[in-house]
Parts: sequence; structure tokens; C-alpha cells
Amino acid sequence: MPASVSSEWLNACSGCEISILNIGDALLDLIPSKLTLVHIPALVDSKYFGPLGDGSHVALPEATVGFLSGAIRNQEHKEVAEEMRRKAKILIALGTCATNGGIPAQANMWPNQEVFEKIYRKSVTTDPVETPKDVVPPYTDRVMAVDEVVKVDIYMPGCPPHPDLIADAILALLDGKTEWKLDERSVCDTCPVVREKKAAGGADIKRTLQSVTYNPEEPVSKMRCIMEQGFLCMGTVTKAGCAGKTGIPRCIQAYMPCEGCFGPIRKTANPLIDMVSALSSIGQNINSLQDRRAVLNRFCGAHGKLRPLPAPPKR
Amino acid sequence: MSTVINIQPVTRIEGHSRVAIHLDQDGNVADAKFHVTALRGFEKFTEGRLVEDMPRIVARICGICPWNHHLASAKATDKVFGVNIPPTAEKLRRLAQHLAWIPDKLLHFYFLAAPDLLMGLNSDPNIRNIVGIAIQNPDLAKRVVHMRHQGAHLLEKWLGKVIHPMAAVPGGFSKPLLEDQRVEFLGETREQLEFAKFTIKFAKENVFPKYMDEIKTLGVIKTGFIGTVRADGTHEIYDGKIRLMKPDGAYDDFSYDEYTDYLGEHVEPWSYAKMPYAKKWGAFSMDLDNPVGIYRSNALSRINVCDRMPGQDAQMELEEFRTNFGRPAQYTLLYHWARLIELVSNCEEAIKLLEDPEITGKEIRTPVKVRGGRGVGCVEAPRGTLIHDYTGDDNGLITNVNLIVGTTHNQAPINMSVKQAAKMLIQNGKYDQGTLNHIEAAVRAYDP
Repeated sequence: MPASVSSEWLNACSGCEISILNIGDALLDLIPSKLTLVHIPALVDSKYFGPLGDGSHVALPEATVGFLSGAIRNQEHKEVAEEMRRKAKILIALGTCATNGGIPAQANMWPNQEVFEKIYRKSVTTDPVETPKDVVPPYTDRVMAVDEVVKVDIYMPGCPPHPDLIADAILALLDGKTEWKLDERSVCDTCPVVREKKAAGGADIKRTLQSVTYNPEEPVSKMRCIMEQGFLCMGTVTKAGCAGKTGIPRCIQAYMPCEGCFGPIRKTANPLIDMVSALSSIGQNINSLQDRRAVLNRFCGAHGKLRPLPAPPKR
Repeated sequence: MSTVINIQPVTRIEGHSRVAIHLDQDGNVADAKFHVTALRGFEKFTEGRLVEDMPRIVARICGICPWNHHLASAKATDKVFGVNIPPTAEKLRRLAQHLAWIPDKLLHFYFLAAPDLLMGLNSDPNIRNIVGIAIQNPDLAKRVVHMRHQGAHLLEKWLGKVIHPMAAVPGGFSKPLLEDQRVEFLGETREQLEFAKFTIKFAKENVFPKYMDEIKTLGVIKTGFIGTVRADGTHEIYDGKIRLMKPDGAYDDFSYDEYTDYLGEHVEPWSYAKMPYAKKWGAFSMDLDNPVGIYRSNALSRINVCDRMPGQDAQMELEEFRTNFGRPAQYTLLYHWARLIELVSNCEEAIKLLEDPEITGKEIRTPVKVRGGRGVGCVEAPRGTLIHDYTGDDNGLITNVNLIVGTTHNQAPINMSVKQAAKMLIQNGKYDQGTLNHIEAAVRAYDP
């Protein structure tokens, strides 16, 4: 009897759903013989208000496994998340937006009114108008991770999560397990570069306006650690897993620093404090890092990590 | 007594929306609207960011077409900093874009549109999906799943991530293409071209002829069109002029910096998405009998505005298309046909780049010095022209962002097509789930 799967996307971009498709050929081993897709807006015509559009409230079908991607940005996302929680036995927060807020949680640096002011009243191509409010769902007071609204059973971070990890979790659940999680390791733990435990140059952090030093004819394991080369690399404070169960961290493969897309190593971690200590251990100065608050919380602005700063005192 | 039919979510598209159909007391359609219920606010939360971080941030606008936002953004940052990228870097960016488009097109045709076209618009919603297709035709499904993934996987093998990339940087590209990869990718892209040609042949022989009535009537509206072209008018997706064509075929070509002279954005209080329109054509109106300022983007639009396709096979397809439907073609469901012409074209262009010996060059980055400035970077994404307009201060921090991107260009046309389809199909209160699916099919034509 196949297990039923329901999936919804909230303040999302659809990258996590495409990552599921990137499981590739193995998908057809799972669907339809082991999994039935009962609700997934990208692929299946299951509707909130019934097939004739006459229902009065958001209704989702029951499912063994429910996926939620995207964070919570408006009242409808909240409603859908709550309905998914009611109808799914096991709820998976899929992707870093769902687990930590993701990039759209950068909006938490402003009060909602300022977001609307820019979009609808301060755009060079838009004549100023009132913020739309007919039918469209109002914003929640901040962008929230899924677990700020409903209980989450399995956390699958990543922007996007690697298809091998998604497949791994699904197979574990089909095998009767009710838990699945990533190890609490850092990206550095999976990165093969050369480390000398000190910065190669001066104390100031370099912006990625120039390329890192690399030799494309040699393996990545011969490259000097990007952070030691003097660039800001989020590897030390970011959860491992981006290349799947094995493999070199994906951005490092392209000679770019890690940007932290799997979120913090553990729920209680504070990237700012951890990064200060990592940088000073190789002799680098955190104060030379510009746009620090946004950079260090790029993917984890929910859970109160990003909020509007109080206005500076008037003199 | 009047009723409202709420179709939500609109399925087999990328995005969050509701179609609301208002019936009057006789059961005829008084109004129909396409409400976009999502707003993330990229134009605001990118304020204050480092200019060079923008290409990685804005990729997250879309998880199906991140490469296109990534590239438009890199181009904008090049302009902000006043750098020219090395020729090999441009070839690498173009190659990445074409390779990203191929699986995107396959996704749309087979996973999103084919359930309607192969299972039938009125079929049972439980089988009207890729799984239903897989059960009915397992060999085709296997090939489709494999080919779409193969295309996506190419970019991952080369550049680490296919979804939310990072390799396009201010001043060029972060990683070269090695010779052994070039050879491997050339072989796989030639396979993709064969599959693309199979797909369009399959569609022309087995699918489109069955839907000629729908093609001529469903969601049909009369609009202008926008797309990118080379200096000689050839179809182009990475860099060129923006061509804005009126319904009668007359057009203006303009450079990216001039976009604010041609495009405005209208807002309705019932949708978070804005509605771009052609300012010079008059005051915005979505009236079905007399639309003003309305233009479309995406495949049909690009096919219409271009004078020719750059590759031989795609050009033959375009000529057949134009013999049948003229220029500009207005029938909305022809997006599905146009999309497949572009699928063939993207394979041909990727092959040309992979056959170019300069593609393995190692000079791929001009170093960048921080300076203040404004830059408008544009590329085509499958859903339409991406306009990324950035201003940075002297410290290289973003002070202003304006974005008109992809599907936004189609918001007014989608509304019009939905209203046209609803009025045509629902009369005297008679409709079933298939009728509502027909109306959704008018939306799906535009996306992605």
C-alpha cells in the first residue's frame, strides 16, 4: 500500500520542489508504487476549496508524510501550515526557508510598512498606490520559520536540500522510521581544502570582487582554504550536507565561498558569535566585514534573529 | 443569487495564485480575476546589501529559473562597477543560461502542460498529472524524467549547484570549463537536441492537431509583445535590445537603460503582483474589447518579436509556425508550440558554444574596484524579460533596486485570458471540474 505524500509551498521559490525532481530516475521507482502524491500544487490538481471551487475554507487531504517548503510570510501561509499539520502524520520542514526563514526572512530587518512603502509607493516605474488588500492575504508581523507556527517532525535544511538527502529521508520513512536528521557538523568538516590555521594575508576580510586563488587543473583538495585566503566563508558556522551524503561543498566546487545556505549547525547556534571566534582564531578582524548582520543571518532571519533595529536616537 | 468560484491553488504552474470567478444570478460570468497571493519584497530587503552579493541573493526569486536572475544580476553589477567581462566569461555565462533553459522547457511541456494535452482537459484530476502519464506510457515517462534530470545535472557537475547558482560574479565567472567536461557536455547536449526534436515532432503530430479548436479560442486576447533581439533582430536570450511590439506588428527597440521610458507598472488592489504596461501606447486598460498598453512576454512573445531564430533547426520550426499562424501570432495556447521551438534553439546554441575552442579559456574574471553607480542588467528568463536595476553607493552597498521580472509582464494578459475563457465557457451556471481546468489551462500557457 503506497504511502501518501502531501506537499505545500509557502513563502517559497519552488527550488526545493525542483530538487525533489532532481532525485532523477529513482523517482519512478518510488512513484507510484511506493508513494502516492495526494496534494502538491506544482504537479497535481488538488484544490483547497474542492474541485468545483465552492469550499469555504482551506482543506488539504490526509497524508502519511507532509512537506512544507517556504517560510511563513502571510496569514494564508499560516492557515495552510496549520491545516497541513492537522492532516499529515509526519511533517517535514523542507528547505532552509522552512527550517530557518531563508533569504526572504531578510525582510525581517524592516517593519512591514516599510516593505510596502518601497514596493508600492517608491518604485521608479510605479505610480504610488495603496498596498493591495482585497482578497490577498495580509502579512504576518514578521517572516517565521515553520516551527514558529506548528510542530515540525523532521528538519531538512538546504537552499535547496540535496536530492540525495530528500530521497534518504523518504526511504527511511518508508522503512518505518519516524525520525531523520542531519548530523550536527559544519561545512568545514566535509571540505577537503588545505588549511594552515592562519590567514594567508592581512587581517582585513576581502570582498568577493576578485576571484579566490585556484588551479582548475588540480583537485579542490589542493586549494588553500577560502577563509584563510582572506574571504568571508560561512563554512565554519553552517550545517554540513549541501553536497549530499558525501561530496565537496557545492559552492567550494565552483571556487566561491560558502554563503551558509544550510543554516546554523544547531538550532541554538549564534552565527555572529561563532564567526567572530572562527575569524579571530586565524587572525582576521570581524570589524572589516561589511553588512555583517545581513551576511551572517542571510538564511536564518526567522526565530527572532533578524528584527528591525531601533531608530538611532535623535540628537 | 451570485456566487464566487475560487480555484485555488492554480496548479501545475510556478507561483501562488487564486482564480476567482464571479457569477451573476443567471450563472453567467460577471467578472473573473487572477489574484497573486504572494509578495516577498526582494526590492526592499536587498537594500543595504553588498553589490557583489546580489547575484546569489536574487537567484532565490525563482527556483525554476534561478540562473536567469543570477545572470541579469551579474550584468547589473558589472554596470554598477563599470567593468567589462572577458570574452570567455561571456561565453560561459551564455552556455550556463542555455543549459539551464533546456530542462526548464522539458519540465513545462511534460510535467506541467502535458497532463492537459495528453490526458485531456476534462480528465479525472486524480490522473491528470505526470504520474497518470507515467502509468499510461511508462517508456515515455522514463525518458522524460531521465532527460530533464540529465540536463539539470550537467550544470551541477560543472558548477556545483544548478538551483541557486553562484558562478556568475561581477567581472565575469568564477570557474572555467575544462576540456574533458567540454567533450562530455557536448555529447550530452547533442542527445538533448535529439530529444528536443523528438518532442516538437511528437507535439506537432499527436498533440496540437487535436487542440486546434482550443488553440483558436481558449484565452485568446489581442496584445503587444516584448522580447530580446540581437542588433540584426535575431532571437536572443542573454544580451541585446529589448523589442516592444504593438498588436499590429510595429515595434520599438530600446537599450536596457531606457526601460523606464517605455514601461510602467499598474497596480490593482486585489493582487500583490504588479501589471507592467507600455506607457507610450496610452492609459492602462484590460478591457477585453479594447485593451490599451497591454503586452505579453515569454515564448510566444519572443517568437513573435524576433525576425529569425539563430540556429537551422529552430529556424525551420519558426518558418513552419509562421506559415500556419502569421506574425505576430495571438492565440494563447500557441505558447506551448513556441516553447518547443525555443527548446530546440537552446540545444543548438549550447552546442555551438561547446564546439567553440575559446569556451575552455582560463581568462574569465576582470577584477573589480568598488565605485558608486547605477546599472540595469537584463536577460530573458523562460517566462519573460528580466530587468534588474541596481544603484550602489561609493562603498559598494545597494541603495536602490527596481525589478520587473518574468511572469510579472504577463499579469494583465493572464487576467484578460482568464476572464475571456471564463466568459466563454461558463454560461447559465453550467460548469464542472473540467470547465474550471480549461480556465486554468489559459493560465498555464503563460508559465513558465
